[in-house]
Amino acid sequence: MSVKVIIPTPLRGYAGKQESVDVQASTVGEALNSLTTRYQDLKKHLYADDGRLRSFVNVYVNDEDIRYLQKDQTQLKEGDTVSIVPSIAGGAAASNQE
Amino acid sequence: MSGLELKIGEALVLRMEAQGAGTYPHECCGALLGRDSEGSREVLDLLPLANRRDDSPRNRFELTPEDVRLAEQTARARKMELLGWYHSHPDAPARPSEFDREHAWPWYSYIIVSVRKGEPREIASWRLRDDRRAYDSETIEVAGAVSAPDALRLQEILRSAHSE
Repeated sequence: MSVKVIIPTPLRGYAGKQESVDVQASTVGEALNSLTTRYQDLKKHLYADDGRLRSFVNVYVNDEDIRYLQKDQTQLKEGDTVSIVPSIAGGAAASNQE
Repeated sequence: MSGLELKIGEALVLRMEAQGAGTYPHECCGALLGRDSEGSREVLDLLPLANRRDDSPRNRFELTPEDVRLAEQTARARKMELLGWYHSHPDAPARPSEFDREHAWPWYSYIIVSVRKGEPREIASWRLRDDRRAYDSETIEVAGAVSAPDALRLQEILRSAHSE
């Protein structure tokens, strides 16, 4: 089924400058796989080297965080919207030493 | 030189510094709102946000996806874009840490304010490279004048960040 993946502004340059991309998928995992297969430069900004989503990358189906659903196995319906939203984290070196 | 440049009003720089001094010795954070068009980027407003890390706020900050959505909505309502983020480094340089790099995306501007013993001392802006391996420095172009003493102090803060 066709679902819409909303591309966050910082990553649009890796997805043909599009605000959203329509993909065919029945789960969130399939949708993200389809997206990153089509736009391979997106992959390193969404996934860590171990193949898991980066810790600061959050995925929503409509307005529900997939961590509270079935994660990447979350089922999609025709017309669902998948959003990628970062959490922002950072800070000085742990010791605060230069 | 990366050729990247970020314009920002002097009053907004002073607000970020005041926030960093106010939360010292903890990190402060917030969103940069403004306009970006083909190589020209200008911060027009700030959205100060609460640091969600209460376990290690001296050297970490975190904003939730809900904070990010709030920042995006606020930018849209003001007919601006969410350009990036700012945070402070208490008693540490205005340079991104390895932890910063691991948690960043390209395109966003990341401003860091170094606050030493409660006093803002340096400010610098950074953008993550496409390959995620390093940051490029983004020159901060301060626009608008406040008072002469503030202008002089800001020049010193910007100079010290770039001479490190």
